[in-house]
Amino acid sequence: MKNNHSVGKFIPKVDGEQLVTGKPVYTDDIAPKEALVIKILRSPYAFARIKSINKDKAEKVPGVECILTHEDLPKILFTRAGQSYPEPSTYDKYVLDEYVRYIGDEVAIVAAESEEIALKAMKLIKVEYEVYEPVLDMEQAENHPSKIHFRDRCHSNINIGFDPEKNIAAIYNFGIGDVEEALNKCDVVVKETYYTQAQAHAMMETYRAFSYIDQYGKLVIVSSTQIPFHVRRMIARAFDLPINKVRIIKPRIGGGFGGKQTAQVEFFTAAVTLKTGKPSKIVYTRKETFESTTSRQAMRIDVTIGADKEGKIKAIDMKALEDTGAYGEHAYTVLGAVGYKTLPLYNKAEAARFSGKAVYTNHTPGGALRGYGVTQGTFALESAVNELAHKLNMDPTELRAKNMIRKGETSPIFNLTTVGAGKEPIIMNSCELEYCIKRGKELIDWDNKYPRQYISPSKVRGVGMAIAMQGSGIPGVDTATATIKLEDNGCFTLLLGATDLGTGSDTILRQIAAEALGVDNDTISVYSSDTDLTPFDVGAYASGTTYFSGNAVKKAALKMKELIEEEGARFLKLDKEDVVFDGKEIISKSGDKKISLAELSNKLIYKNPTNQLTSTASFGTSDVAPPFVSGFAEVEVDIETGKIELINYVTVADVGTVINPNLARIQAEGGVVQGIGMALFEEVRVDGRGRLITNNFMEYKIPSRLDINNIIVDFAESYEPTGPFGAKSIGEVVTNTPCPAIADAIYNAVGIRVRNLPITPEKVKMLLKNKSKC
Amino acid sequence: MIIKTNINGVNKTFDIEPHEYLLNVLRKNGYLSVKRGCDTGACGVCTVLVDGEPTLSCSFLAARADGKNILTIEGLQEQAKEVGSYLIAEGVDQCGYCSPGLILTVIAMKTQLKNPTEESIRHYLSGNLCRCTGYVGQLRAIKKYMGVE
Repeated sequence: MKNNHSVGKFIPKVDGEQLVTGKPVYTDDIAPKEALVIKILRSPYAFARIKSINKDKAEKVPGVECILTHEDLPKILFTRAGQSYPEPSTYDKYVLDEYVRYIGDEVAIVAAESEEIALKAMKLIKVEYEVYEPVLDMEQAENHPSKIHFRDRCHSNINIGFDPEKNIAAIYNFGIGDVEEALNKCDVVVKETYYTQAQAHAMMETYRAFSYIDQYGKLVIVSSTQIPFHVRRMIARAFDLPINKVRIIKPRIGGGFGGKQTAQVEFFTAAVTLKTGKPSKIVYTRKETFESTTSRQAMRIDVTIGADKEGKIKAIDMKALEDTGAYGEHAYTVLGAVGYKTLPLYNKAEAARFSGKAVYTNHTPGGALRGYGVTQGTFALESAVNELAHKLNMDPTELRAKNMIRKGETSPIFNLTTVGAGKEPIIMNSCELEYCIKRGKELIDWDNKYPRQYISPSKVRGVGMAIAMQGSGIPGVDTATATIKLEDNGCFTLLLGATDLGTGSDTILRQIAAEALGVDNDTISVYSSDTDLTPFDVGAYASGTTYFSGNAVKKAALKMKELIEEEGARFLKLDKEDVVFDGKEIISKSGDKKISLAELSNKLIYKNPTNQLTSTASFGTSDVAPPFVSGFAEVEVDIETGKIELINYVTVADVGTVINPNLARIQAEGGVVQGIGMALFEEVRVDGRGRLITNNFMEYKIPSRLDINNIIVDFAESYEPTGPFGAKSIGEVVTNTPCPAIADAIYNAVGIRVRNLPITPEKVKMLLKNKSKC
Repeated sequence: MIIKTNINGVNKTFDIEPHEYLLNVLRKNGYLSVKRGCDTGACGVCTVLVDGEPTLSCSFLAARADGKNILTIEGLQEQAKEVGSYLIAEGVDQCGYCSPGLILTVIAMKTQLKNPTEESIRHYLSGNLCRCTGYVGQLRAIKKYMGVE
């Protein structure tokens, strides 16, 4: 199927020129000028009940259109998590509630003619609170006297272990073999605890949406979202509307990274537009984006791992505690991914166990963020594997080689954790980890640099590594659909429910269509992410777009090719078997008869009997097709200051067939740098009252251009038979290795082990100081 | 208050509030290429050129623009297309939200850095944050545009 017509080539992004010339293509650029401006009054307390709200004075401010509080809105429970229905997230939220559960939680929606008026009115709203003692430590949440949610005011669709009396949002357990028995047989055991922080997405475009009532009386919401179809369903539920009275459109969006997999702002414009009949818009400030949306769930992960003295890993036990914050969006699924997308890496262990617990606290809610639990799990497990290598006095690459999963192998964990999986072993049809490590070692010059090099009396360089996996969408759950229309003059329109966040999915999905049809990319125009005009797709998350949407596109395109050959044969008065479509013409196999696609399409559209060709195909699967990656870090530690300079970072990825090499490379580079941010810079600080202090770019440091040196990316030759033209996924897996690889590089340089992220110069210096005292 | 500016070569008079920032005035008047990324002058997304200097319009009072020449991407379409073509060729156009600010800074850098090097480029652009690309692809593109080996 691989003929390199389009797949595997660099095709520029379909929207590139519009973006670089600054065209008004984002949500706020196309919002109606007369739209009411919405501001949200937010809770100053981490946990409280609203005793009363007086909005009389505020409502009298000229230009105020409406002020909505929990008393004005329907009390219908839902979750904002963008997941397929029935969502595995607890319905624990109203649009507005009389309880506020973190500093920044919503109290009132103010809509006015201008932002100034809305802000002025907001200050005049008088709220009386009954303040409760907040839960501000995830390790104390379970037995805390304060209960954040109440059983009669929340429920879950499926059993996820939700227990509001104990502040437990979700439980996720699975295992194979007898861990204790296997550990007892081990010669070497590492048992350590790792902490990861609540990383922020920090996409450049903050959350925003606008809405209006269209000519059919339908509520239309234009939103910077990753999940238009899920948002439609959530809005319909929250406001008790039929699905066909809601339409969601996603224009160009300024990054998402998982944040926009949770519906953060659409409820507020919907509430105002439904109430007033007028267009309204909301644009979050950067502070609101940090404080009042979601972030990566902070976690504590305990790992016990044991091996015999040859380095054969026998048993792994992982115990995760997840801080889901005030609401349980994505709590259960992120929790599970900590274990089931890391433990299969070491499939030769006799016993493996994962026990996870997600707890509610009065922090900013947790949510989806690139890596989705796997990043946290990888930091813990891969750090522990590196620690095991040191205890065994073994090169960490050698320890991986002895124990890691390979092509043609399986892990029983796939069967335990995949929806719809039977008893048949789920075999890795593609897995090039061996190459990823071999190539990574070459690129970083491992053999010469491991473990350390002395640069000067105060500077030491070290190298460290890690491996990781992810998924390609959610097997058994995700679905995608694509439609292709043959237009006049032999052009095509590709309609995609898939959601391009800037990653280039519109571009690579068009490449897949062009490949399957055998036509030039330019003949296909793309339109995506509009719930009225494009077919259903779950949206952009779980690294699912290339694999799921790509397979749907390929199926639809192959179907279209069949239709073209069928109709071409009819015009040529031949049997379908006797013609082929070569991308431009439908030709008889004998070569003596032909009709161009342009002519055929014009006949089909304009001449009786007309028959415009349209093909639609859906894709869903229980196949498991993880991408794999190796990561190698070279750091320079300044032992006088504790400063870490990341000199080189190498990542080699097995993503199956690379559909578009340039776009794939940027996914890898961007993902690595987001991982580097989590490893070294992105510190989250909360004050004693539960207020997020790191709520702007001055306090919360994402990597800048000066923090990033050399990033080297390479791809393994790989082909996943179940993927479109052999492709798997890339978006998330690339972000998983930097935390453990950098931590181990620092250890290899100076012998200190940081187990709580981020690895700041302060922590390094303190550990160096303590070490020199010993 | 009334300010007189020249935007993209056209004289404009705006009636502004004394506390308004240039970013709001520009967007309100249809210069929608100018984007907001933060409100603390920390991300570079809102950059415009004021008398040729890259300036953070989210923290530059509109009143200070009185008598100044302002350039946005709307007024530099050909140059934006040229710089942009290098970004597109590397695949670093990505979400595009930081592009107008970055490209304006690159255009200013081209006139200001006489003997550009990789290091001086990185320093010149250090105020332009990007969360999609990880910077190294942008650097490859911009080095080509600047003629740096």
